[in-house]
Amino acid sequence: MTGPVETCDVAVIGGGPAGLAAALGARRAGAGTVLLVERERTLGGILNQCVHDGFGLFLYNETLSGPEYAERLIEDVVREPIKVATGAMVLDLAPDRVLKVNSRAGYRLVRAGAVVLAMGCRERTREMIEIPGTRPAGIFTAGSAQNLVNLQNLRIGREIVILGSGDIGLIMARRLTFEGLAVKSVFEILPWPSGLERNVRQCLMDFGIPLELGSTVVEIRGRDRIESVVVAKVDDRLTPVAGTERVIPCDTLLLSVGLIPENELSKRAGVELSPLTGGAVVDETLMTSVPGVFSCGNVLHIHDVADRASFEGFVAGESAARHAAGEKAAGATVRVAAGPNIKYALPQLLTAGRAGVEWSFRVGCPVRDVRVEVRGRTSGKVYARRKFSRLLPSELQKIKVTAAVEEDIEVGCHE
Amino acid sequence: MAETINEIYDVVVIGGGVVGCAVLRELSRYELKILLLEKEADLAEGISKGNSGVIHAGFNVPSGSLKAKTNVAGLELIYDLAGELGVPHRKTGKLVVALADEDRPRLEELKAEGDRSGVPGLEIVDGAAIRRLEPLARGRWALYSPHTGIISPYELTIALAECAWQNGAEVRLEAPVESVGFAGGLFILSTPKGAFAARRVVNSAGLFSAEVARLAGIEDYRIFPYRGEYLITDKDCGLRLAMPVYPVPPRDDPGLGIHITPTLEGNIILGPSADPVDDGRDLASTRAVTTRLKAEAARLMPELAGVPFIHSYAGIRPKLVDPSGKDKFGDFIVEESRMRPGWINLVGIESPGLTAAPALAEMVVALIGARMDLRPKTGFDPERPLMRRFAALDDDKREGRVATDADWGEMVCRCEQVTRAEVTAALRNPFGARTLDAIKRRTRCGMGRCQGGFCTPRIVEILQDEGVPIEGITKRGGASRLFYGRLKGEA
Repeated sequence: MTGPVETCDVAVIGGGPAGLAAALGARRAGAGTVLLVERERTLGGILNQCVHDGFGLFLYNETLSGPEYAERLIEDVVREPIKVATGAMVLDLAPDRVLKVNSRAGYRLVRAGAVVLAMGCRERTREMIEIPGTRPAGIFTAGSAQNLVNLQNLRIGREIVILGSGDIGLIMARRLTFEGLAVKSVFEILPWPSGLERNVRQCLMDFGIPLELGSTVVEIRGRDRIESVVVAKVDDRLTPVAGTERVIPCDTLLLSVGLIPENELSKRAGVELSPLTGGAVVDETLMTSVPGVFSCGNVLHIHDVADRASFEGFVAGESAARHAAGEKAAGATVRVAAGPNIKYALPQLLTAGRAGVEWSFRVGCPVRDVRVEVRGRTSGKVYARRKFSRLLPSELQKIKVTAAVEEDIEVGCHE
Repeated sequence: MAETINEIYDVVVIGGGVVGCAVLRELSRYELKILLLEKEADLAEGISKGNSGVIHAGFNVPSGSLKAKTNVAGLELIYDLAGELGVPHRKTGKLVVALADEDRPRLEELKAEGDRSGVPGLEIVDGAAIRRLEPLARGRWALYSPHTGIISPYELTIALAECAWQNGAEVRLEAPVESVGFAGGLFILSTPKGAFAARRVVNSAGLFSAEVARLAGIEDYRIFPYRGEYLITDKDCGLRLAMPVYPVPPRDDPGLGIHITPTLEGNIILGPSADPVDDGRDLASTRAVTTRLKAEAARLMPELAGVPFIHSYAGIRPKLVDPSGKDKFGDFIVEESRMRPGWINLVGIESPGLTAAPALAEMVVALIGARMDLRPKTGFDPERPLMRRFAALDDDKREGRVATDADWGEMVCRCEQVTRAEVTAALRNPFGARTLDAIKRRTRCGMGRCQGGFCTPRIVEILQDEGVPIEGITKRGGASRLFYGRLKGEA
């Protein structure tokens, strides 16, 4: 192997809701050759295991299941002259946009004019949240369980406890109940649910599954298969309170304790990551710190609904096509900070003078009757203001600035 | 004896840890019919999987003890052995650091002890030299041991057994010895896999060696299990540790103190603690120890404060000293029972048992050879071919592999970049170990940062392709099943 044997204008890494849209976006913006690399055997990403509905409300104005939503995008992709490589994994990405791709069809190097990162995310594990105790079988992350149940038809347990109220955990609570498994309770360490309100209602309340806020699992017991968990209340510093422990017999523990953008390839390419999102630092074109490398979807930041990941994918794909065609970026110099009660605002960088840019943001904790403002850091000028009767950390929100911005700005939440 | 015995073995080894497997491999040099019985669903399921993976030089144990002798002798053997068996290892060197001047005499004591035992190359170095040797370490003084190294203890264990198997040895998994009988000068070992007759027995049952001896009527031993908890970092934690860094051994610690050890893959291991436990199978982690490990590591190496960990594990030391007693040191026991001639016990083989294993194996073979004719086997092959991991290959080799066999092109584990070809090869191991943990130890699937979140569903598919029924898919055998059948179409 002496060097890249293949070239393409735009390479998209990941064929989920963001990557599919990115490939389409690249075509729409005129990219000649687009390569879409997906590590699973079929396109669609995690959508394929999401047999519940609620997808497509924003993109298609109707409610679809995950596979149906994926199918819509895939139909559009196959109509385009997009080169699709499934069962193919990018093992390395160099800063000069050379990809090492491995698949049953062969191991090859590809040089791309622009790259779109759309690798999605992975789930936080039992070890990351450091639950003490034994290491028996029967501990699954909610997404792995979803794969085993929905795609492989496997009975993962009989008596289930769920830790964490992330959306996948909530969806799985309902799914397992449908399958006749006993979901005993969902425990959430925070005083508010992590998942969407509609999921709390439709997946737990409708089935009488208790959600215990401010509680966590403090010990796992059982040598071979999990036999019980010990749960306890936590104080306002999220530390378990002695004396509140309860033993809950179960044979399965599902974890829905957060998602992490999967940026291993991004790191290899030298992409700067944000500690607030876990994803790349991007400008309004969704370009990362590495010229010609763009990011979208859950690898950029964790989304609440798939549609928004797709919207981002379209933008990243279009930007990548323009970059591949030689369009020079002016260089984003305006810095965007997260202000009061804003967990993060994205993009974090902006090209000076650019108008009509929309920011995605999340709040740190639930609030009522607030104004979210985009303010100039030097002038104090308010570029945009939006009122919200309620904001929840589980929801990704948007605020748009119509005017051109020349100074560093801050997105903040104000009483 | 109601059971039928089909085969008579010259030697049966009980216990598939690193010591038992080293004994088996050493015995496989001779014209002997040999068998290893392991109670778990894979080898290295006990002490041999839960330790620091350090090749010790031998200065931490009193000179003149069997621990010191076999450690120093094992050090002479283990690097070549690892090379022959294709087991990843590295001579890294090691630092024992004194953070204050007043601890320097302790380093001098360790060095003197090591010198007396014949440990090569020990020297006391100053703070500047510490930073030169290991930029992450600091201290006023350190004992530097150039011949200390690291090795994967379970890979060594498996490789020893595979080499023995290539040379004719047999291995039975999930075959705990439940009773021992005596007939016609033979030991009759009853297991759920049948009864096996043996002219000689080597009891290397680790944590359970005292229990196994008791089955043969030998009441001489008592083991006190001490648990050691560990934490392990992500390879991408941003720190690259060149060599193990130890504190001056705390006087009240039954171990060597909480130390910081690199793995061959680039992770960093913190630990272990040393706490007596009632049950030698109790491998639980505790919040208190996790907190202690982090604090101690940050004291030794401030860069480790706040580093993310991807996994915790625990191991058990089979100590011979009573936690409530005065004695702090218990030596290895390697002896033929006077009451049961032909029955050899290895008891209390804790640290430095990994390094000592090749020397212990030679000792055991000498004990057997004293009263049994050992004829070297023609055609004994000491080597086991090294199967290089896909992730470690260069582009040309990767291209070649995939072109030859498409299974090398199918990625199963994202984090550690393991291919289907490697998983299948692991599943077809000669001993029939087919648990998820067995695959993990052989391929690294599930050892990465997602901890099996992505590869477990894929491996479940591959296991079924290889003919393992759903109910037979377990984490580590026994009752550690993953599934209770299928959801639809089955009761």
